Amino acid sequence: MASDKELTPTSYMDHHLTNLTSSVGEGSFWTLHVDTLVMSSLIGIISFGFLWWVVRGATSGVPGKRQAFVELAIEFVDNQVKSTFHGDRHAFVAPAALTVFVWVFMMSALDFLPIDIMASVYELLGLHNWRSVPTADVNTTFALALSVWLLMIFFNIKVKGLGGWIHELVCTPFGKNPLLWPVNLLFNLVEYVSKPLSHSLRLYGNIYAGEIIFLLLGMWAATGLAGTLFGTVLGAGWAIFHILIVTLQAFIFMMLTVVYLSMAHESH
Amino acid sequence: MNINLTLLSQAMAFAIFIWFTVKFVWPPLMRAIENRQKTIADGLAAGERGKSELELASHRSADVVRDAKQRAAEIIAQAEKRASEIVEEAKSAAKDEGGRILTGAKAEVEQEVFRARETLRQNVADLALAGAAKILRREVDAKTHADLLASIKAEL
Repeated sequence: MASDKELTPTSYMDHHLTNLTSSVGEGSFWTLHVDTLVMSSLIGIISFGFLWWVVRGATSGVPGKRQAFVELAIEFVDNQVKSTFHGDRHAFVAPAALTVFVWVFMMSALDFLPIDIMASVYELLGLHNWRSVPTADVNTTFALALSVWLLMIFFNIKVKGLGGWIHELVCTPFGKNPLLWPVNLLFNLVEYVSKPLSHSLRLYGNIYAGEIIFLLLGMWAATGLAGTLFGTVLGAGWAIFHILIVTLQAFIFMMLTVVYLSMAHESH
Repeated sequence: MNINLTLLSQAMAFAIFIWFTVKFVWPPLMRAIENRQKTIADGLAAGERGKSELELASHRSADVVRDAKQRAAEIIAQAEKRASEIVEEAKSAAKDEGGRILTGAKAEVEQEVFRARETLRQNVADLALAGAAKILRREVDAKTHADLLASIKAEL
């Protein structure tokens, strides 16, 4: 915790909600959130490294507990994809969905780390501003949503051809009548803009709000014995509830990815 | 909420993780799962086959048992027939033998009767001769009257 300044609720919140930035060029765009990058890459490498490690020794005989766990996760994702996407899902869509699910879940699950204890640990490492949860950074969720959005456009063009896609943009959903073209196009544009926005902001909002709640409970705990007791009990309750939120948000994010990608594969 | 270069870096990380999963995580496990599914399907099919084979074998064994029973019954019937034949043969042989013995015995009895009658006749002749000799009070020479005596004896 910041000990060199006077501790006020504002400084406490600020401290926990400020990224460690690194400037790589002129202007505010050319900065990197080092904490977001490091934490997301680290958790990604650990998660996918674990998956790779398990899968590399996978047996087609009786699986061990570790392999059974991974198979459970993968078959869960595979079943979700199977019910939505009708094509060769093994080539790209299903593994991509797995990536999204595992990565988003693990990144959001960093929210379970006790926020002030982690802050002291980071302080020991000489990192004053360091946010643990990459999905509480809008850059991460936008990066994921925009990547999915680009993949959506890529598959639209790949499956239907450029002409087919443009035809779909101007002729659906209302009809082929040239008078309806502008309406169709406007409708589709709104849809194409709203998809990545809702996709990313839903995840960001949920995780960010969860973090804020933890911070508020932490501040309450600083007000005295009663506050500490209530803060502890409510914090535990919120953490348990947050397990549901994190899982649910990862699942929703994955499902939307699958739905967007399968919509790109199907012509109307 | 400030959008910056982090977005691009995160997108890049995302791309790398997707590539990694598509390339290294998904295929081996899917292969393992599919192999297992195939093994299980094979096992189930083998079980099914075994079951039908068992059924077939039990049918066959029932056939064999039925045949054997039939054969045994035939053999028993034959044996019974043969036994009664043997008994019949033995009966008729015994009857023949009995008949033979009976005839032999009858012949012997007749012979005995004949012999006894001869003896009796001799004795009667002797008695008659003695009687006649007494009547004639003289000694009849048996040797001289042999012819007479013989004729008497024959008449008796």
